[in-house]
Amino acid sequence: MSKDEIRTRVIKTLSGIVPELDPRNLKPAVSLRDQLDVDSMDFLNFLIALHQEFGVDVPESDAGKLGTIDACVDYLEQALRQRTQV
Amino acid sequence: MPRLGADMTAGKVVAWLKRPGERIKRGDIIAVVETDKANVDVESFVDGVLDKILVEPSDERLPVGTPLALIRGEASAEAPAPAPATAAPAPAPAAPRAIVTPAAAAPAPLPSVAVAPETAPTPAAPAALRPAGAGERARISPAARKRAQELQLDPATLAGTGPQGRVTLADVERAAQGVKKQAGAADTAVARQMRMREAIATAMARSKREIPHYYLACTIDFGRALAWLAERNAGRAVTERLIYAVLLIKASALALREVPELNGFWIDKHAQQSEAIHAGIAISLRGGGLVAPALHHADRQSLDELMRGFQDLVKRARAGSLKSSEVTDPTVTITSLGERGVESLFGIITPPQLALVGFGTPLERPWVVDGKVIARPLLSATLSGDHRATDGHRGALFLTAVDRLLQQPEAL
Repeated sequence: MSKDEIRTRVIKTLSGIVPELDPRNLKPAVSLRDQLDVDSMDFLNFLIALHQEFGVDVPESDAGKLGTIDACVDYLEQALRQRTQV
Repeated sequence: MPRLGADMTAGKVVAWLKRPGERIKRGDIIAVVETDKANVDVESFVDGVLDKILVEPSDERLPVGTPLALIRGEASAEAPAPAPATAAPAPAPAAPRAIVTPAAAAPAPLPSVAVAPETAPTPAAPAALRPAGAGERARISPAARKRAQELQLDPATLAGTGPQGRVTLADVERAAQGVKKQAGAADTAVARQMRMREAIATAMARSKREIPHYYLACTIDFGRALAWLAERNAGRAVTERLIYAVLLIKASALALREVPELNGFWIDKHAQQSEAIHAGIAISLRGGGLVAPALHHADRQSLDELMRGFQDLVKRARAGSLKSSEVTDPTVTITSLGERGVESLFGIITPPQLALVGFGTPLERPWVVDGKVIARPLLSATLSGDHRATDGHRGALFLTAVDRLLQQPEAL
């Protein structure tokens, strides 16, 4: 899966949690918590939605690595690549 | 029109989910009503048969207490259906706030019941169906009371500008104008947002006017609970993890068992303890405003059950779809502003509840353990109590219990 495709699907997934999200105003390197008022319940729901979308179950210890859109894309790209290699 | 929360004065019928002639069980969702805060699934508070729908879905905002439908009681439903039961309701709209509907006055075998829970409480759920502040809100001039009755406005919901908050004739007229204006306003998101602010304003102003709050705070070492949670979550799939708020809800609910005077309502100049502990969870809505629907029997649920219930509640609250029991049942409010670095909060009690529990953000701070200063995640827990019902001493016992319970997270 290309990075662009991952990014598109991450943003689509996020908009399910944050319905008023405007992708044009999304800053890919700024924390989701700060720019979208995402709380811990929203974030957990986001991880659950990512799991459904990509089949990647983010362990609790890695949850902190998905704080921004850029970080999510990098993390998922790596996770998907590792999965196809296995 | 049931009162779905202390701050509700009017609502719209959005849809009927049962048809006349259909059998209804207590707890069945029979209609959807739009309040200023959400679309609420209205649950039946009786068993019976839906006899007649009095108000079809429309954009009209109806005052709380307006009969929406007639439900024939269980006994009469099983009896050979007599003609008068269905013929009688014709003059119903003339007396919308009456407990005894025209159907009941007719020679039907058993009275029908108007769907107006606040005026027709069932013994099993008095809390849910109590008129908000019926007893203590007597400060209204006779002329104003008469006019309010004519306009079908509930005096308890009116903001008074007279001496000592007395509701004057002018207040009633203003409120009537407000209701009319709101009914005419286009139902845009902005209008809805405005109504939500008004609803919150009414409830919070009433709370500050009537409830003599006392405030207590304590600092809890949250380290053990967070460590336990991290370990528990570590091996679990993302769908089975807990967030720490669930521990706070459970600990608060269990602590309320120990200090039950904080759990219930202030009605008619008396505190009424509730045996059931229905935790109203403050949930902020995107775009502003908040609701505090109930997690029922929070003390009896496992952490996993509470987590699932909490997730579902947040989802539906933010989608604007709650059940009537959820918005009317809370016996206490729990709020956590912990997400945004707030150290402590001193909340305003949701009338007619007796207390509000508040939690701040767990923050790493120096803490003394066994004579040594070490860094620990500390959590501020606060209690706002109604001093008419309880004193600070009981409140202090509650916070002590919350602290103690959070030191044994595995037992929650």
